Amino acid sequence: MTRIIAPLIGLGFAFVLVLGLFGTITTASEPATAEHEFHLAPKPLELASNGVFGKFDKQQLQRGFQVYKEVCSACHSIHRVAFRDLADLGYNEGQVKAIAQQWTTEQPSTNPETGEPATRKNLPSDKFPKVYANDTAARAANNNAIPPDLSLMTKARPNGAAYVHSLLTGYGESPAEVQKEFPKFTTPDGLYFNRYFPTLNLAMPPPLASDGQVTYADGTKSTVDQMAKDVTAFLVWTAEPKLEARHTAGLASVIFLLIFIGLTIGAYKSVWRNVKH
Amino acid sequence: MSFPWAKHYEPKAPVMKWLDDRLPLPRLVYNAVGAGYPVPRNLNYFWNFGVLAGAALVIQIVTGIVLAMHYSTDANTAFDSVEAIMRDVNAGWFLRYAHANGASMFFIVVYTHICRGLYYGSYKAPREMVWLLGVVIFLLMMATAFMGYVLPWGQMSFWGAQVITGFFSAIPVVGETIRVWLLGGYAPDAAALNRFFSLHYLLPFVIAGVIILHIWALHIPGSSNPAGVEVKGEQDTVPFHPYYTAKDGIGLGVFLLVFALFLFFAPNMLGHPDNYIPANPLSTPAHIVPEWYFLPFYAILKSFTVDFILPAKLWGVLAMFGSILLLFFLPWLDTSPARTANHRPRYRMFLIILLVDVLILGYVGGAEASKTNVLIGQITTAYYFLHFLVILPIVSATERPKPVANSITEAVLKGKGGTAPAKSAIEGSPNPMPAE
Repeated sequence: MTRIIAPLIGLGFAFVLVLGLFGTITTASEPATAEHEFHLAPKPLELASNGVFGKFDKQQLQRGFQVYKEVCSACHSIHRVAFRDLADLGYNEGQVKAIAQQWTTEQPSTNPETGEPATRKNLPSDKFPKVYANDTAARAANNNAIPPDLSLMTKARPNGAAYVHSLLTGYGESPAEVQKEFPKFTTPDGLYFNRYFPTLNLAMPPPLASDGQVTYADGTKSTVDQMAKDVTAFLVWTAEPKLEARHTAGLASVIFLLIFIGLTIGAYKSVWRNVKH
Repeated sequence: MSFPWAKHYEPKAPVMKWLDDRLPLPRLVYNAVGAGYPVPRNLNYFWNFGVLAGAALVIQIVTGIVLAMHYSTDANTAFDSVEAIMRDVNAGWFLRYAHANGASMFFIVVYTHICRGLYYGSYKAPREMVWLLGVVIFLLMMATAFMGYVLPWGQMSFWGAQVITGFFSAIPVVGETIRVWLLGGYAPDAAALNRFFSLHYLLPFVIAGVIILHIWALHIPGSSNPAGVEVKGEQDTVPFHPYYTAKDGIGLGVFLLVFALFLFFAPNMLGHPDNYIPANPLSTPAHIVPEWYFLPFYAILKSFTVDFILPAKLWGVLAMFGSILLLFFLPWLDTSPARTANHRPRYRMFLIILLVDVLILGYVGGAEASKTNVLIGQITTAYYFLHFLVILPIVSATERPKPVANSITEAVLKGKGGTAPAKSAIEGSPNPMPAE
């Protein structure tokens, strides 16, 4: 029975697929879109944390944190990160306490006397506060767009670190070819053209507009590219704070396993020495 | 069970004798994976993958149980709890990456194990039951992996659950009702997440149970072997321990090394970036794709594009489930007297085409649905079904296989140019053989 029914089922599926094949051949291809033609893959980005031996450059993370604090944090939260985590960047206990104390956005709390909603100063044990109370407030303040939380950004986009760096440095006028090939393509008011963004039009205004926007404490020259690199390095840390521990454990594991494999090969040779196989 | 020359368990220490008279568990282990199980002496490294699959399951269960101690099964807190595991739980990042990449490793191992079975005809009589139980394990694994991917409650978790439970709505008349019943609501939400977690915790233990049946069924005829001839006598076998425990040790080391390279140096390579965005029912991702190990089946689903008697979606769902269920009939579709593809050159050619075909299906499953990709998907899907249901029965009935060696020992010695042994293959036999 199986050998009679099976070929019939197989031929049946194949027949329906051939019908579909003709359907596919006769339908016109989807017209090309401006997004498809002009969207760019991120530029390669070299960071100290890349590669098997990668470690964070703490100096760079501190600069990146400064860019985040002075520029990004006006709209974007990093609410999966706690102030205490900043110790990883090389800040001491007092500095972490001061950063938390002086953070502009305060933690939501309740007024101990009236029970009304209130805010209080941040503590090292607090997570970074959300910038907006809710999505509606975020949309209202940002031309109907929600600034995403940045804690996981470099893991939440394909080739995330390079993407963030390219996006921050990729603003510009839309080239003439876009208009020539796609006359209907426009950048509406309140959106900004950026070839690294999937839809080419982005609600975020260019955040890093000019060199020297941030004055680095360590004297590094703050070009737009430098600031973009630094804040990207910082966001790699916020997304993967245990990266260094992972790389260290990984190297130890690989060495251990290579020795283990060597020993098992020895055991295998010894056990099988008198048996042909 | 097993061969008459199998070694017998003889407890030496008094406490082991005492235990053996009351609960002969050590005897069971000895006969199952110890010196009491005679195994063909000519197995190659592809025969490591059964043990490796067992190791992968153990890794998943151990890491999974600890992760469950820190995970929160609630649509509002699931994503946050996973991030808390990554940041604040001791070695939490290790546990989660081990579990997520462990699932991929499990599938790599099981796919290799299945390919081994296809190439060397391990599904053929008298081992049909071993194969059938294996397909059951594969189905259970797919269900477990799918539900596990939903638990972090990221964008791909949510939309994957939406798409996959949507398959059931393709069933005529009652489909939508079944979908709502399975999800416990009209869309994936708290109810779905809770039941997925419950089943995701349960199914690995069901898999472990079916694995016991799988090994039990295997031990009745004994392991197959690459020579394609059954065991004839004692000279054809060696005891599982220490011979194959030693060989599996190497395989385990290499497996763990590959696993470690992914876990420590590319832990997110096999995942999807969108799953680091919390689930949002109001925002659909640009491309909804399943995990890599489901991509060939996803390509089969997407390849049916015309309504012909049945709606296209139903054809796709039937074909997708059919593509796995047809494996249950494989032992009866293949009628060739020869066991391994080595003795069936024409069949081997088609089998290699199938392997390439499935890899292309995997690519198409993950690629965007452009005209060319849909065309490639339709051709490769057609080959998949034609291979198993038309080509295989015809080729196996018409091809005259190459002659098979008289025995495993003959096959082994022919390759090495040695002399025939008198009695036993193992050390201490009357005619000890020279070392390699």
